[in-house]
Amino acid sequence: MSETTVVTVGADMFADAVAGQAVGVERVDWRPPMPGTEADLAAVATDPRRPEANRKAVEAMLGVTAHLVDVAPASEVLGLERGQFLHAGPPITWDRTSGPLRGALMGGAALEGLVDDPEDAVALFESGSNVSLEPCHHRSAVGPMAGVVTPSMWMWVLEDRATGKRTYCSLNEGLGKVLRYGAYGPDVLTRLRWMGDVLGPLLQAAVRGTEEATDVTGILTQMLQMGDEAHNRNRAGTLMLLRDLSPAMVLSQETGGFGSSDVADALRFVGGNDHFFLNLAMPACKLALDAARDVPGSTMVVAMARNGTDFGIQVSGTGDEWFTGPAQVAEGLFLGDYGPDDANPDIGDSAITETAGIGGFAMATAPAIVRLVGGSVPDALATTRRMHEITLAENPRWSVPVLEFQGVPTGIDVSKVCRTGILPQINTGMAGAVAGVGQVGAGLVTPPAEIFPQALAALASRVAG
Amino acid sequence: MSTPTKDHVELRSGAYADSVTLLQVSRAVQAAPGVVAAQVAMATGLNLEVLAGMGFDVPDSSPNDMVVALRLDAGADVTAALAAVDAALVPTRPGQGDAQVAPPRTTASALRRTGAGSVVLVSVPGASATVEAMDALEAGHDVMVFSDNVPVAEEVALKTYAATRGALVMGPDCGTAVIDGIGLGFANTVRPGRIGLVAASGTGCQQLLALLHHAGAGLEEVGVRHALGVGGRDLSSVVGGLATREALRRLDADPDVDLVVVVSKPPAPEVAETLAREAEALSTPVELGLLGRGQRDLTTVAEAVLARLGHQAPQWPVHGADNTGPATGPLLRGLFVGGTLCDESMLIAAERLGPIRSNIPLSPELALGEELLVDDHVMVDFGDDALTQGRAHPMIDPTLRNEQVARAAADPATGAILLDLVLGHGAEPDPAAHLAPAIAAARSERRIPVVVSLVGTDLDPQDLSAQRDALVAAGAEVHLSNAAATRRVVQLIEGAQR
Repeated sequence: MSETTVVTVGADMFADAVAGQAVGVERVDWRPPMPGTEADLAAVATDPRRPEANRKAVEAMLGVTAHLVDVAPASEVLGLERGQFLHAGPPITWDRTSGPLRGALMGGAALEGLVDDPEDAVALFESGSNVSLEPCHHRSAVGPMAGVVTPSMWMWVLEDRATGKRTYCSLNEGLGKVLRYGAYGPDVLTRLRWMGDVLGPLLQAAVRGTEEATDVTGILTQMLQMGDEAHNRNRAGTLMLLRDLSPAMVLSQETGGFGSSDVADALRFVGGNDHFFLNLAMPACKLALDAARDVPGSTMVVAMARNGTDFGIQVSGTGDEWFTGPAQVAEGLFLGDYGPDDANPDIGDSAITETAGIGGFAMATAPAIVRLVGGSVPDALATTRRMHEITLAENPRWSVPVLEFQGVPTGIDVSKVCRTGILPQINTGMAGAVAGVGQVGAGLVTPPAEIFPQALAALASRVAG
Repeated sequence: MSTPTKDHVELRSGAYADSVTLLQVSRAVQAAPGVVAAQVAMATGLNLEVLAGMGFDVPDSSPNDMVVALRLDAGADVTAALAAVDAALVPTRPGQGDAQVAPPRTTASALRRTGAGSVVLVSVPGASATVEAMDALEAGHDVMVFSDNVPVAEEVALKTYAATRGALVMGPDCGTAVIDGIGLGFANTVRPGRIGLVAASGTGCQQLLALLHHAGAGLEEVGVRHALGVGGRDLSSVVGGLATREALRRLDADPDVDLVVVVSKPPAPEVAETLAREAEALSTPVELGLLGRGQRDLTTVAEAVLARLGHQAPQWPVHGADNTGPATGPLLRGLFVGGTLCDESMLIAAERLGPIRSNIPLSPELALGEELLVDDHVMVDFGDDALTQGRAHPMIDPTLRNEQVARAAADPATGAILLDLVLGHGAEPDPAAHLAPAIAAARSERRIPVVVSLVGTDLDPQDLSAQRDALVAAGAEVHLSNAAATRRVVQLIEGAQR
């Protein structure tokens, strides 16, 4: 019989008629697009710039290799000044901030010595004098959960050697009662001070003293084959990072004058925090996605980020504009006695991992944590497959063994989200809704659906003619 | 006397099935015990009107909701009726392969699974057709767009882009194509020969397929190898023959094609001129069958094709001529499912009978309004965009045309009724089962002549001879040639006018 396969989309009777001729048929399970998007979808589909623009955006993104080139305080590498605070997600004012972001800002103010007691920071932020809030994303940075960055915090510095472009992220504090989940108690501040006084300088010495800069993109390639999806599981990645840096950390006793107990503390801290590598995975993803920004006509999402109140996306073809809607509460498992009522809506820049095709998008490769986020192994396989329905490409470097080494779904397409109604799947931690509580659980969440038609309309309005 | 009934209406958000499937579901549920009436439909404006007309009270809904509306005998069990709905909605799709893997949700996703050598057939609602078609073109595949109601600007954009990819856009509103022997949409099964068709018209293409198949019995070269549809607007001045040009280029390059035939509804004159020039320049001879005033009809074109290949045209078959008596009134009523067949009949009839009113008129002043039956000669194309919005094509859902057959029969001015019936893949399994009773009913009061153009081949799944016999038994006179059928009714009407 004929070699031709017929793809049918629409009435089943035509597919049946083709099948009746002993010809192979692939049926599309078509459903109407998100309400009211038909005209914008057609305008964007027929935008002559789009196919090439998306190809270019994907290529640029896949072309980036992130190397770890330095560790340094935010005041130095981001030019952050006293009273300037970075935070996760799209822009927000103090009066609209949620509990965890408030708590983290209050703790950050105390860390910087703007107030003695974190509780006093409320009045400071309410007055708005000498303090300012700005998204991490606006400074080439990303921050997990609350994502609060203050001038004294030490930052990972990642660089794409081909272009010299850099991205930044703070050092990970561990789980539980930590600043990024909105906790600001004395132990939280003590840990942060140690990170600033000991861990940061020690890692700086180690990174500067490591001959071959660590290839973060390469570690991501390997960890995806070792059961990490690089959002909620970073165990293999953390250990590989430690493998790369520990010789130079040990040597820093000679080169930087660190005591052996400092080195031991640092090794123990990093090795004991399975999420330590997340803060390298995130800026590596941002570095790749930033390369795909500002391609006129491209429908690719280049950032998904939440500030605990709003969920925002940025799209390649629409510049720096944020499309926002209310952040949702994740579904999943809760720590201890906590329950859904204790959880804050979705927060953090860590959805940059999903934007780059890992995290929830690579769930199939991390069966070990499907229960943590309340799922099953078949769910995990189905999730990764489903994300291919809304993405532009597969990442040849980041592959999933159990799916026959298929590359992870890469480059979320605003059009395809609107066409299928399939929303990006995000793995996330859950912060307590009340400032100071910290982590209450982990689970799965999606963006609010309405931000995709918003972005689509903006893309359609930019189509000439 | 009416028995008491009760209504059950529910909305199912997020559920979706295409209109054809839902039509079948509604029919299946109507047959369930205790069900007086059933309508399962997407909550589009049109469907909501239908539901309101049936007396159902539908709550606030969006077009993406599915409405299940049931009218039951007062004593009947709602649960059982809903179970019948659910059972009818379960898709029966053999050979879906690995149950673990969900089916693709977009054409792009499907093409990633099938790879090279795929052809895409789009029949989603017109507002969404362009998006799916672009997926095909972007991946470098040919696409047939059956969907109608696609804006012409989108058609131009699709075809302009396709030209940069060397891909062919068949459509929008393309009913028929035969590619590598595979029939897509409404297509007849034919013996492959050495003829390539380019068709800006679905039923025009099907008429030629059927005539050449009939004439080609026993003649190896007389058969259609490929029939490339281009969509009814391709030869308009806006679209400018973009797809026709690509189709001609392909057939010219195919060593297995000795003769190319172009068939179209009346084209824009300047496009027809350019096309004639370009056809001249090809190495393969081209027979242009462009309908229009003073131009040849489709049957004459088929005869010219036969002559080019050195064969004489046969006597085109007619059955049931004994059924037909004199016209019963002065006016002709043509009720078509095929737009090009309607066009052809108007062109032929207008020469002898004068102006014909239509929903697809030969000139604007002849346009019909909402009223499809007026005190003039009338020919209606039930496949036209305006009559298919929100409902299935008349080849699938004959209800609307059958209603008009009854109305025409009830009009004492009606002298003869001209119908078409198109067989092939995609058409109903037994269309005569719906049309024959309508014909018999139309002739029950007065012996109104009913002449039918039955377009099909003996290889079609419906069994051509059984379909023909059913129509003849109902009192019709059945032709294979639509032109011959038209001339027959024109003659009858002229007889009544004298």
